[in-house]
Amino acid sequence: MTDMTLTKSKRQTEQLEQTNTAVLGFWLYLMTDCVLFASLFATFVVLRHNTFGGPSGAQLFSLPYVLLETLVLLSSSFTNGLALLSAQRKQVRPTLIWLGVTFMLGATFLGLELSEFHKFVAMGDSWRRSGFLSAYYTLVGTHGAHISVGLIWMVVMALYIYKHGLGRLSLKRLRMLSLFWHFLDVVWIFIFTIVYLFGALHA
Amino acid sequence: MNPKYHLSSASSQEADMLHSPQAQHLTSLKHYVIGFIGSLILTLSAYFLSVNYVGNHNLLLIGLAILAFAQFILQLFYFLHVGHEFPPRLKLMLTCFMILVVTILVGGSLWIMFSLNNRVMPSTQQMVKYMNSQNSL
Repeated sequence: MTDMTLTKSKRQTEQLEQTNTAVLGFWLYLMTDCVLFASLFATFVVLRHNTFGGPSGAQLFSLPYVLLETLVLLSSSFTNGLALLSAQRKQVRPTLIWLGVTFMLGATFLGLELSEFHKFVAMGDSWRRSGFLSAYYTLVGTHGAHISVGLIWMVVMALYIYKHGLGRLSLKRLRMLSLFWHFLDVVWIFIFTIVYLFGALHA
Repeated sequence: MNPKYHLSSASSQEADMLHSPQAQHLTSLKHYVIGFIGSLILTLSAYFLSVNYVGNHNLLLIGLAILAFAQFILQLFYFLHVGHEFPPRLKLMLTCFMILVVTILVGGSLWIMFSLNNRVMPSTQQMVKYMNSQNSL
């Protein structure tokens, strides 16, 4: 009896360790992604005054709009945390609801970003206009591409949880997803500050 | 289940503790709430600072950079749970290494590019002199 309990406990520990190793590996990927974003940030900062007669950041950006985007993404990061908490308590319905809320907020953010891009391009300020705009679209667009991938992942995750419940694998994947989503919010802090707030200063 | 890594040194009792629902979750919810409210305050103060501030540009830039960095650290600890793990703190070590690489990459690029700008761009005086020399030919 004691032996069996011990074996079970040992197996649990091993499984937990495997999960933790996998999540650590995912963390390593996120850190390399940080390096990708860092190089895009460096490019942006170098090119930010090269407007080639086109509009500067101060002329282009509307700060209240960007603040709205920021708050939406921050809230989605928070609700994503709530989804993970519900999942750890093995509550399937709240998990799915919070994932749904996170998805809606994330989709809203992406919609706001794309409509901003659309507005700029319609005014003739596309990525072909100047070095500054090329760097701007590359940096913010790369973030947006990550958000899109995160949204797809969220749908897949919700379907998986709906079908298989909250087992060990679901929890592991949900943990990775939530790391990914929080990471995107962290990157956005710097986009908000460096691209938009600093950009609005250089009138 | 929980952002704690590397259990090889942890006893099975500790592993059981990780599976027990109550204790961990209260702290986690508290973490998320602290992270959320803190980030909200920092974001809004950065926004209103940049909208309302009149005065020295450089001072404002430094202020905004500090606010952004504070929010970065806050989210790292309270959303991404860096540092809340058993030793050896691999996640924390990876994060520190990332920060080092990013600092070298961004700092180095900016240093090189701006110094290049200073060295290669001729001054107005030099340009006028050059243009005069071209006209006289």
